[in-house]
Amino acid sequence: MAKQKTVLFACGTGIATSTVVAHAVEEALKDRGIRINTRQCKATEVAGQIDDVDLVVSTTQLPKDLGKPVITTLAFLTGIGKADALDKIEAALRD
Amino acid sequence: MAEALLNTLDPGAIVLGVKASSDEEVIRILAARLEGLGYVKPSYADAVVAREAALPTGLPLGGANNVAVPHTDPHHVIKPGLALATLAEPVLFSNMEDPDEKLPVSVVFVMALNDKDKQVEMLQEIAGTIQSPEIIAALIAAKSAEDVLGLLG
Repeated sequence: MAKQKTVLFACGTGIATSTVVAHAVEEALKDRGIRINTRQCKATEVAGQIDDVDLVVSTTQLPKDLGKPVITTLAFLTGIGKADALDKIEAALRD
Repeated sequence: MAEALLNTLDPGAIVLGVKASSDEEVIRILAARLEGLGYVKPSYADAVVAREAALPTGLPLGGANNVAVPHTDPHHVIKPGLALATLAEPVLFSNMEDPDEKLPVSVVFVMALNDKDKQVEMLQEIAGTIQSPEIIAALIAAKSAEDVLGLLG
């Protein structure tokens, strides 16, 4: 079995929106048979937190060229485009 | 049932039909309520305003009614609380995902958070509320705090 991947969830304060998104993504991926480790941080802290993560999911703009795949989406807050965003996350984790 | 949300939303911090001309004005009205009710420190309002300017919280819902969820760091918070405003006329907030885009916002939740692990349920219920166009439309039409509590219950 492949090693469980780590997803870093980022938002402005690292407390509210990333909490909602992390739980929503973790649950939805579980339904798709994928388990992940989740971590959260502020958008400004991503660069220092990124070494051991496989994917970053953010609700706010991040610096470019972080060296890891980044998916920026509000889908897990607004409900709009959720399936699409999940497909992208799943694809990024299967690479 | 949005129980955690109802437990956190103080009826004294529900303000309906707010007439405001800027996102900052809306935030200050709700932050003052939260401060008066003992949820946040005097530093909270400035901190939320500053954060909103740097990292906005407007959420586009795909229609005319958008929502914003201003908040800030836990050290400005005394105990978790939630304030809600409906706006008489939409006020422009910047889009969380793209700060250059302005969104006309009709409902604002100002959140005082200090422990994300304890408040996750409340946060999920806010997200659930935001994802229901029917509830958002009904909130905008609400005439009293009781209406609001009834809609969220």
